Amino acid sequence: MVEQAHNQSSTKRPALYLAEYDTPNAIAKAAMKVRDAGYKKWDCHSPYAMHGMDEAMGLKPTKIGFISFFFGMAGVATAVLMMKYMNAWDFNFLDIGWGYPIIVGGKPPGAFPSMVPIMFELGILFCGFATLFGLLGIIKLPRHNHPIFESERFEAATDDKFFISIEAGDPSFDLDRTKALLESTGPTHLELIEEAA
Amino acid sequence: MSYDAPIKELGETYLLPEGTTAHQVTETIARVTENKAPRGWWLLFLMSLTGLGAMGGALTYLFVQGVGVWGNNAPVYWAWDITNFVWWIGIGHAGTLISAILFLFRQKWRTSINRFAEAMTVFAVLCAALFPAIHTGRPWFDYYLFPLPNQMDMWPNFKSPLMWDVFAVNTYLLISVIFWYMGLIPDFATLRDRSKSLFRKRAYGFFALGWRGAHRHWQHYERAYLILAGISTPLVLSVHSVVSFDFATSVVPGWHTTIFPPYFVAGAVFSGFALVTTLMLICRSVFKMQNVVTVKHLDLMNKFMLGTALLVGYAYAMELFIAWYSSNPYEQWVFLHNRLGWGILDSDGNWGPLWWAYYTMVFCNVVVPQIFWFKRARTSVPIMFIASILINIGMWFERFVIIVTSTYQDFLPSAWGMFHPTLIDILTYLGTFGLFFTLFLLFVRWLPMIAIAEVKGTLQGAHPDLHAVEALDEPGAATAPVPAE
Repeated sequence: MVEQAHNQSSTKRPALYLAEYDTPNAIAKAAMKVRDAGYKKWDCHSPYAMHGMDEAMGLKPTKIGFISFFFGMAGVATAVLMMKYMNAWDFNFLDIGWGYPIIVGGKPPGAFPSMVPIMFELGILFCGFATLFGLLGIIKLPRHNHPIFESERFEAATDDKFFISIEAGDPSFDLDRTKALLESTGPTHLELIEEAA
Repeated sequence: MSYDAPIKELGETYLLPEGTTAHQVTETIARVTENKAPRGWWLLFLMSLTGLGAMGGALTYLFVQGVGVWGNNAPVYWAWDITNFVWWIGIGHAGTLISAILFLFRQKWRTSINRFAEAMTVFAVLCAALFPAIHTGRPWFDYYLFPLPNQMDMWPNFKSPLMWDVFAVNTYLLISVIFWYMGLIPDFATLRDRSKSLFRKRAYGFFALGWRGAHRHWQHYERAYLILAGISTPLVLSVHSVVSFDFATSVVPGWHTTIFPPYFVAGAVFSGFALVTTLMLICRSVFKMQNVVTVKHLDLMNKFMLGTALLVGYAYAMELFIAWYSSNPYEQWVFLHNRLGWGILDSDGNWGPLWWAYYTMVFCNVVVPQIFWFKRARTSVPIMFIASILINIGMWFERFVIIVTSTYQDFLPSAWGMFHPTLIDILTYLGTFGLFFTLFLLFVRWLPMIAIAEVKGTLQGAHPDLHAVEALDEPGAATAPVPAE
């Protein structure tokens, strides 16, 4: 039984190369080399957001703003429909209960000026939630089982060290050539991370 | 890189001493959550728990007996509870100002205090939200405030500013929590990676969501953070404006003024900065963080307080001017008799009995902050500590003056009355301090109280110099001209 388990865990396949650097300039220089070598599934890991790395890695600008904008506008529309339904129109939508005009102070039901504050607040609310969940959707988190966490040294990525990872799933990935490329960038440490097959 | 480096021509320097390493930053901030709590923390925590217990007792008594246990009665229906509501929510506003507005203005000094201020926002808004909820009298019907489908087909009246308030305050609370949490994700990962015990690793790891500091994540993260800052900025202005609409859209003399929205927002920022200062001074001495929160930060915060104090002072003066200029006898009665206690005697020949509240407000909010014109006061910890506490007292009195002195003697002398707080009023208010400080102390004990990742980004040499790197890359490029920035 023990033997079998050992056998299973020993059948590992490479998951990614992890190169470690000490300074922002070193990793930026290395990132440009990896970018120019045409890799696609690779990443830089740093303890804080480094400015200039978008260019060094050749990344396209983020599109998260469209998600936020769309849902913000959806929030405004929801607010208008909600207030009109509950305070101005007169019908029963999907049997959630009858909406009906509420007349207060002789003002017209569903008057626009009194709706502005809630339109604004609901727009902000939807936009905020969309930004958080849109972000998590784009970057595919939460994910707690990434093979990169197998590395002991990677714990310093949230402290003061910088890492480049090139994943085995990349079409250009090759055990020897990728290693040679990373070695040529002068990392302080280079390791191959494996995951269970 | 021109953006990240300080502008020497303007006399800017790095926030932290040059040569501070990223590891030192992690160590200073994260060790607070790892070491045993200092004795001062336990002392404060027990005091806060006592306050929380007092609040629990006062609320239980209130729920059993009804709102008659408070001093509120005709004609002062809104008294301490709404005063406390407006005061607490104003406290929260500085947190959003520091985290969002200063972020948009690229004020890098905010990174040392923003996490702290955001936590304060969340807890202050929780304390604030409690008061309208218990002021309804039958809090088990508070769900009427929300547009929930129900068997009675009974809907909220959206023309009421009180409904706007429900949406504004709840949106503010939720967005503040989202903003706070998003900033915490990378720091949760830092704590996870430093954890020695499996429990800590699992607990922090759960909230870190598997963050691995990947630049393909940072890229979207930074934009998402910017968007949240961008929506929080108008949000914070709208929330206190909506709170002021509760008053301004009524016809009560002393409330019915168009200056209220900006006046409330300025006052909110003012009191919030004062509370951030108070808390920051305590925390940096208890947890020995003088290197991360420097006197320079405190100096800048005191300048903010001076600026907002001038705005608030202007609003006070303008209210008095309009009361005179309007020729409205009710407005003038409220200001001259009820507030200034001056010039006009009531039918018994007495001065307005609450004049001292108005003068306390003016002294604390307009006179005291003038000391910050002097650099020595702006950089002296004892002076700013006392001043910040006085400002908070003054801002509480501002809301008390607005609410009580406007209503206890308004139109008809036959309907005049007086307000006297009861023991339960006082216990409930003091109890919310227990709630606030209990949550706050738990926060400073278990979460990184300063944004680790953001502070690292302000260190010298934190960002790559792409021009220099590219120049190094090409052979013989050392002699090639480097493009001027």
